[in-house]
Amino acid sequence: MKYLILKHYQGGPTPAVDYPPMDQWTPEEVDAHMEFMHDFGSRLEETGEFVDVQGLSPAGAFIRYGGQGRPPITDGPFAETKDVIAGWYIIDVDSWDRAVELAGELSAVPGPGGEPLYEWLEVRPFMGAEAPKTAE
Amino acid sequence: MNDDAQLRDLVPAVIGVLVRRGADFSSAEDAVQEALIRALQVWPEDPPRDPKGWLVTAAWHKFVDAARSETARQRRELIVDAEPAGGAVPAADDTLRLYFLCAHPTLPSAAAVALTLRAVGGLTTRQIAQACLVPEATMAQRIVRAKRRIEGLPLDQPGDLTTVLRVLYLVFNEGYGGDIDLAAEAIRLVRQLTALTDDDPEVAGLLALMLLHHARRDSRTGPGGRLIALAEQDRARWDSALIAEGVAILQTALARDRLGEYQAQAAIAALHADASQAAETDWVQIVEWYDELLALTDSPVVRLNRAVAVGQADGAHAGLKALAEVAPDVPRHAAVAAYLHERAGDLAQAADLYAQASHAATNVPERDYLARQAARVRQGVQP
Repeated sequence: MKYLILKHYQGGPTPAVDYPPMDQWTPEEVDAHMEFMHDFGSRLEETGEFVDVQGLSPAGAFIRYGGQGRPPITDGPFAETKDVIAGWYIIDVDSWDRAVELAGELSAVPGPGGEPLYEWLEVRPFMGAEAPKTAE
Repeated sequence: MNDDAQLRDLVPAVIGVLVRRGADFSSAEDAVQEALIRALQVWPEDPPRDPKGWLVTAAWHKFVDAARSETARQRRELIVDAEPAGGAVPAADDTLRLYFLCAHPTLPSAAAVALTLRAVGGLTTRQIAQACLVPEATMAQRIVRAKRRIEGLPLDQPGDLTTVLRVLYLVFNEGYGGDIDLAAEAIRLVRQLTALTDDDPEVAGLLALMLLHHARRDSRTGPGGRLIALAEQDRARWDSALIAEGVAILQTALARDRLGEYQAQAAIAALHADASQAAETDWVQIVEWYDELLALTDSPVVRLNRAVAVGQADGAHAGLKALAEVAPDVPRHAAVAAYLHERAGDLAQAADLYAQASHAATNVPERDYLARQAARVRQGVQP
């Protein structure tokens, strides 16, 4: 079963811990944060549960169809928008419980003072692309 | 493709030869995988006269090379130097043991599926990764860990046929990526297993079940991958040869009088296949088979599907009464409730239930199908 672990810059439930943005951390704190993320990815690869990891730039815009013969309409970027997606992991695991366990580990990524960030991560199951053949 | 399948047929036997020569399962399997990849490169240009002999020689060399470069060199070289000829154990037993080992109950199901496809199915890691839509490195690692988990398990003991069948059933329903049709691959493996188990009735039952479902594959989806319900399928497109084979295998299995859940499921599939129009379906007999299945499994999913059959055999109200005995959290409960309410003429509720079922669907084709049903029924409701 594949799950998306979605990391938001903001949005989601009220943060459990208040912390300043990363540009105000010490370089060592940033290094520790990055190292933790890297190790998490390596562990997933080792357990055969890794599918994908991506970070997203906050830049970009909303686009829509502009009508027959017209260029697409662009709106944004919305720097202060309520919810910005920062990136994701895609994992392939045996159960929802395992997905929750992994997201819980990832949420302990250290921030200022080496303390866990307790950040909220959104976990969403993938829909199957095919209906089971024996279900009809 | 056909040649590939013939090549893959040889893989478990070749692993067996290496194991009998003293290789451990994990190294033997790695060596055969490497030989297999080499064969896929070389054979199209230069086909060997004795494919199995070629594979054994190539795999044995790979094994010896790997053993030499290992740190535990000395210990292994003792085995290599001995190089015994193949023992007296028949190859069929080796293959059967590989089925048991690769679907060992201690393995998580995704790992058992991967290992079975590689060691018994003779697929490459890349093909398995593509079929399961994960990176090749992830699949390689999953297989390494699966092997580590079953390390040291004796290869000479009878295993658990139930878990083997469950794993093959998963393979049948798994994935769609890449060039390999896993449904066809599952059928090939179950077919081989029936021969190895002296036509065990449940193995035969699973084979019949797969053939009967596979016979309908072309009629199951419409334009854009849209799901087509059994009742609406174009039955002229069903594969009558596969149906005939499935029915014959099932009849032979049933005659041995050792009923099991796969035989019962296949019997239901056969009754559907037997009707040249949906209206001719023998729902009364289907309900009887669901009763058999319930006696065997007491599964809530079976109870749910039985409610559909009761609705057809005895009317929608009887179906709803049967549905009342099913816990509402069983997957597809809302979809069945929607269907029965529509047949009972309660269209407003049916539309709501179809919409609810669509939100609860766990795959895209079912979600879209149920949303379309909700739309269809709602149109009938509104003036």
